[in-house]
Amino acid sequence: MNFYIRKIVSFLVTLIVISILTFVVFQVLPGDPALTILGVDADDVQLLALQKTSDIKANPFASFITWIVGVFHGDMGVSYRYQVPVLSIVSPCAVVTLQLALFVIIITVVLGLPLGILLALFDDAPFSSLFSSFIQIGISLPSFCVSIVFIVIFSVILQLFPSMGYVPWHQDPGLCLRSLFLPAVSLAFGTTGTVIRYVRSSFVRQFHKDYIRTAKGKGVPFYSIVFVHALRNALIPVLTILGMLVAEILGGSILVENIFSLPGVGKLLSDSVQSRDFPLIQTLVLYLSVIVVICNFIIDMIYSIIDPRIRR
Amino acid sequence: MIKKLTEKIVCVLGLLLLSVSCSQNTKSGTVNDTVRINISSDIDSMDPWKSAAADTISIFRNVFEGLLKPAVTSGDMECAIAESYEISDDYLTYTFHLTHGVTFHNGTALTSKDVLYTYEHLAGLHGCEAVSAKYGFIADVAAPDDYTFVVTLKNPDPFQAAQFDAAIVPVGYDKQATDPIGAGPYRFDSYVPGQKIVFSRYDGYYKKDALPKIATVEVYIMTSTASVIAALKSNQLDIAYFINGSDAVALKNSFTILTQPQNMVQLFGLNNKVPALSDKRVRQAITYAINKKDIIDGVWNGYATELYSNFSPVMSDFYNDTLSSLYSVDVAKAKSLLEQAGYANGFSLTITVPSNYEPHVSAAQIIVSQLHAVGIDAKIESVDWATWLDKVYTKADYEATVIAFVGKQDPHEILGRYTTGYKRNFICYSNPEYDACIKAGLLEKSKEKRAFYYKEAQRILAEDAASVYICDPNLINATRKDLHGYQFYPITFIDFSTLYYE
Repeated sequence: MNFYIRKIVSFLVTLIVISILTFVVFQVLPGDPALTILGVDADDVQLLALQKTSDIKANPFASFITWIVGVFHGDMGVSYRYQVPVLSIVSPCAVVTLQLALFVIIITVVLGLPLGILLALFDDAPFSSLFSSFIQIGISLPSFCVSIVFIVIFSVILQLFPSMGYVPWHQDPGLCLRSLFLPAVSLAFGTTGTVIRYVRSSFVRQFHKDYIRTAKGKGVPFYSIVFVHALRNALIPVLTILGMLVAEILGGSILVENIFSLPGVGKLLSDSVQSRDFPLIQTLVLYLSVIVVICNFIIDMIYSIIDPRIRR
Repeated sequence: MIKKLTEKIVCVLGLLLLSVSCSQNTKSGTVNDTVRINISSDIDSMDPWKSAAADTISIFRNVFEGLLKPAVTSGDMECAIAESYEISDDYLTYTFHLTHGVTFHNGTALTSKDVLYTYEHLAGLHGCEAVSAKYGFIADVAAPDDYTFVVTLKNPDPFQAAQFDAAIVPVGYDKQATDPIGAGPYRFDSYVPGQKIVFSRYDGYYKKDALPKIATVEVYIMTSTASVIAALKSNQLDIAYFINGSDAVALKNSFTILTQPQNMVQLFGLNNKVPALSDKRVRQAITYAINKKDIIDGVWNGYATELYSNFSPVMSDFYNDTLSSLYSVDVAKAKSLLEQAGYANGFSLTITVPSNYEPHVSAAQIIVSQLHAVGIDAKIESVDWATWLDKVYTKADYEATVIAFVGKQDPHEILGRYTTGYKRNFICYSNPEYDACIKAGLLEKSKEKRAFYYKEAQRILAEDAASVYICDPNLINATRKDLHGYQFYPITFIDFSTLYYE
């Protein structure tokens, strides 16, 4: 039980440190949110009105405390730019990004796991090295680069998938998947490669271990060796990577959402940083870190289920 | 065993792909009553009293209608909600006669009560708090009957018509920010922050002969230019708004390219307060050193008009057309001017550019190499937009920059920027002679004399080499070949009501 308490405490500490860091960075950033939102031809009266509601630099400490207290009451403040409660803007965007992230993770796992195992089994086959170099390309190409190539191939030339215009799931699940397909595949391109590599090397390492040799010697069937004995042990490092990939997917979504004009958290974040919309930035950063921390927390829990030795 | 497994994986993958790509293959690209267009920044506010961003205003002019509205031809205003107006002989009273039968999108009739309400708030009269600084010239407003609206000015001025394009809003309505209501040809339909805004035709629009043909307009907020081009090519957009010259060249064969100068001024702004740049000879040397043609070709692919002062020829009535011979590209002259000013060995110059405006960054790169040729050691500092606004535009804490300003309907609004002590005179230019011209132009009653003062102001600005005025970049749009009727205005306005398919 001690293990879980320790995890929860470190979870909370991480969140508080992240909030303070975001706040400090925002203080150092030059720029007046009001002028940024209204532009070079801002009307003086409008400018003053907006500055009144958005001037947090005058009394930074107090505004931070107000914000933090608000968070505990479920009130994240009012966006400078949109003039509505932050939560009402973030929630619909969060749905989009979560769907996208989920889609990416599904593709990554569904493709990465079996392909990794396959490559491990055929470690010496000639196609293996060819495939490895293909994976290398996937890992090294940045996702926004892949996105543009995919847009040209699948939207412009083949006209199979849209390159913009998100359709909500409740409106039409089929169209929703279609609109998320290209962004998800672009993001999954790199993550799948990473997973394949880890699965493969992790499996190969297990195959050379004594317990596998013993199992083979005892005449345990091949599939049982792979899926019962090796899999359980090989999955641990792979899970660690999956946890780290969640952060990578969310980071990549900032660029990919901009390219595909998806109304997700990533696009909202880059817009809000540009307009110095402090309550929105702070909430989004908090939101993203909560997801990353929770995912890692869940993975820690799964570890301890797969391998009870970790709990000690 | 392995073979079976592989087969299964392939099957599942195939099914996944198939199910996604077949779910619906017909994308509405051929529906002929919808126009899909992009803008590059999210809207700042749908409430006309809180909005100032050019992109927002350019689309919401379809929703809101003013007493007058800008005419397609340059510089003039035409009647809208006011069917006629007259100005008293002492230039102190403007009387507007409203069109009968105008209704708001919620069905209520528009009368002088609504106009009165609007202008009371705009100008801060009768106990209201002013929502704009632009209407300080109004002394009083009145509505003697349902269809007459009278404005009294503080000072006599026959040229205030351009200010009466402000959106007329229903009296007492306070939900503009979430559900805007105007009297324009299109009504607001829906808005997904960061993604799109949808407008639909308002069938009760009062100008029956100008009823729009397009029923629905979808405006997509797209920050990436590459995505805009891809969306146009893949039939997901009907108009690609504000594209680059290089893209225009590439799209020329399969799409209609519409282009026109847009009354914008791209300038190489020089901070006149910086020691080296406070010397007129140095600024003139820089003007001689810069070849604007290179920038027009290199950055705008030729889609731009060369400028000589902070004024575009689009505003033909006020444009001084004698300034082109003032400076030429002359490296030797530039070097000798630098020598006279005591900078024979050149000096270093930092050009601070907003990184989100790619044309300004590219222009700065060309300028850097041209300045190197005369011995000025220029380098680029790239900052984000908010930092630019703060450091360069507000605090004038910079040496040089490249930026562009969008056009205005009135010459005073364009040139007044450079008067001594004006808050947004970010190049810190100061010349009493110039200030006198601008002031005289503001008070002058005859249009010819007024034009004379503004032409003089342009000449002074150019001769002083206050900054290097590069060009008026064209607005370039690419549209489907069967879409017609796009209209250009000297202000930012995307007019949906004139579009049609054929």
